[in-house]
Amino acid sequence: MPRVKVARKSTAIDMTAMCDVAFLLLTFFILTAKPKVEDPSKAEVPASQAQVTIPDDNVLMISIGQQNKIFLSFSGTDTRSETLKTMGEKYKVDFTPAEVNRFANTEIFGVPMSQLKQFLSTPSGELKSFEQRGIPADTTSSNELSDWILTARKADKALHNQDFHFAIKGDRREQYPAINTVISVLGHQKQFKFDLITSLRAAPKK
Amino acid sequence: MAELDTSGGGKHKGGKVRSKKASTRVDLTAMVDLAFLLITFFMFTTTLNKPKAMDLAMPDNSEIKNQLPVAASRTMTILLGGHNKLMWYMGEAGKSAPTVDGYGPTQIRKTLIENGNSVAASHAAPDNFMIVLIKPSDKSTYENLVNVLDEMNITNVKSRAIVKIMPIELEALKAQGLLQ
Repeated sequence: MPRVKVARKSTAIDMTAMCDVAFLLLTFFILTAKPKVEDPSKAEVPASQAQVTIPDDNVLMISIGQQNKIFLSFSGTDTRSETLKTMGEKYKVDFTPAEVNRFANTEIFGVPMSQLKQFLSTPSGELKSFEQRGIPADTTSSNELSDWILTARKADKALHNQDFHFAIKGDRREQYPAINTVISVLGHQKQFKFDLITSLRAAPKK
Repeated sequence: MAELDTSGGGKHKGGKVRSKKASTRVDLTAMVDLAFLLITFFMFTTTLNKPKAMDLAMPDNSEIKNQLPVAASRTMTILLGGHNKLMWYMGEAGKSAPTVDGYGPTQIRKTLIENGNSVAASHAAPDNFMIVLIKPSDKSTYENLVNVLDEMNITNVKSRAIVKIMPIELEALKAQGLLQ
């Protein structure tokens, strides 16, 4: 009796389709990629059921981190470099083009004017360990925070003819006076509408 | 590598030696490996979930325009104290004793719904909605404020405002030990 021969099948798998899918996904992720920005304020936002998403660009965000340190971030590299130049004139600090360029690529900062030059000369690898002291915002109507905000708003208006959306990101354990300072700084500039950044909490079961 | 040699082997005894036909298949394993590696990298470094935000509109108090009087019985005042506690009262300060309450679905949310209903029942339309004044003390945290504002959204309180706290209200908080 002849032995039944088991047909030997090739173990090679056609990977063309898999390769296609993999590269399709890769292309998608590359195109949608927006690198995470390390938040030096380390603010732990409170949860709420608000579902409004803040817009992608044209946002001025004030973060209030631990120990009431205030950090500022606003969109637009050209707006940032313009703001720094104007602030340099106002506070009599000369910034080199390299420093202006560096500032334009800095997403978020929280240093007083006196520390800014040092902050901008720190190599980006060491920024994590750089102790940012926060932007001073004392109770007077013109402090560094309000100057920054006003200058940034003017630059944004001049360059893009648009107005910033204001977002406030606060640490949840922060005491109310710190938040109140920021709100009153914005209030002095006749800005009364903000977005409070919160994390999403599931809606209650009804 | 990815293909095993499945040819019978050793069958071509004698005959012409033919040049082997090279397979046109390319081994894609390495390429797929690389593609997935990159996918993983981009997946971990992107931020897909955008931050959510809550709208907050503060009143413009720089100029007082003509304001309409509002019945005090329609206002509910919430005082935010320390230790994650709050106090609330209806009407004018000092006339009714504030009640201590907590944050949470069974506490302030229930109170807000009950008070809203009683205001709606005791006043004539269209002025029968409740007005809530939120007065954070210096000892309350940002989370407390956000929680209260969130409860406003949940219980559908349309008119609310964040107001500076008054000395008499601070006294009331102090009496309950909520100002430490």
